[in-house]
Amino acid sequence: MNDDVWLVIPLYNEEQVIEGVVRNARLTFPNVCCIDDGSSDGSALAAERGGAVVVRHPVNLGQGAALQTGFEYVLTDPSMRYAVTYDADGQHQVSDVVAMLDRLRRGDLDLVLGSRFLEGTIEAGALKRVILRLATAFTNWTTKTKLTDAHNGLRVLSRPVVEALDIRQNRMAHASEIVGLIGGMQIDGRPVRYAEMPVHILYTDYSRAKGQSVWNSVNILAELLWR
Amino acid sequence: MRTLLVQIVLILATVAIVVRFLSGVGQRSQAVRRVALLGFGVLAVASILFPETWTMAAQLIGVGRGTDLILYMLVVAFFSFMATTFKRSRDADIRYTKLARRIALDEADTPEAHRARRDAALPSGEKNREEPGDASGEASGPAA
Repeated sequence: MNDDVWLVIPLYNEEQVIEGVVRNARLTFPNVCCIDDGSSDGSALAAERGGAVVVRHPVNLGQGAALQTGFEYVLTDPSMRYAVTYDADGQHQVSDVVAMLDRLRRGDLDLVLGSRFLEGTIEAGALKRVILRLATAFTNWTTKTKLTDAHNGLRVLSRPVVEALDIRQNRMAHASEIVGLIGGMQIDGRPVRYAEMPVHILYTDYSRAKGQSVWNSVNILAELLWR
Repeated sequence: MRTLLVQIVLILATVAIVVRFLSGVGQRSQAVRRVALLGFGVLAVASILFPETWTMAAQLIGVGRGTDLILYMLVVAFFSFMATTFKRSRDADIRYTKLARRIALDEADTPEAHRARRDAALPSGEKNREEPGDASGEASGPAA
């Protein structure tokens, strides 16, 4: 069961939590690929202890580059039918992936995106909420997609979508870039079919401490404008 | 007399820069840049010898002083330099990323090898799973 699913986890200095995250995910999804993005701590070994296969970037390239490396790795497995983009810091929940995957397995969609705003399940602060909304509005406007949450890291993609993706934004703007690529994507000569499903993000003290500051939205905007 | 000294120093510096950039091996794409640079050097020397030409040119297009005209041109040149440098570093980034990714993928276990190692660790039972998992994790580190 779920042998045709690969979890793709970009990994950068998450030594404290990654083993537990991988171990927990592997109870449901046996195939986990962590892309160690030049961590300076023991993240890669911790991920291997958890049972993940680890692809090591020789230098730090950024999260977007790590995702693309993960996609290219899982494509080398001919039995892979679905790839899941998943966070290393433990803020995503396996139950959400299961629900999204069940939806995708019905076969009438090409990918399912997680959204923090569909059920009002977000626990983030007011400022972060406003910025996420603005970022989503901007992304919808520039990419001609209609999403409620364009910067969610939890996505379930079918193999044809993984094959079609080519992320070039190495740093932070890759989330918007993925949405942009999806907005213009054709699969078998028809526009890609996608849907959003509610996900529940756990904002723990750990993830809050590691998470992006709202200042980073300025960097994301700049990267998008000068790509 | 002092003006002459400044002119000599500036001309020597300009010629040195032009010669520095013109030397070396290159392709046809570089040739255009080099011709432009040669022209730039000639212009630079001319404007050192005859500074009033800039003021004439500035007044011709309604800028006023020659120094202002040069400042405006410098701003434009600086921004175009920034733009081309940015584009070039982005292209270099993309190549560098592809190279690093190729190395990362080549050094990683294949999905088949990973699965085989995992399955080999499994049969000893769920309870012992952590220890063989540990061992294989550490063994694969230096080997990879």
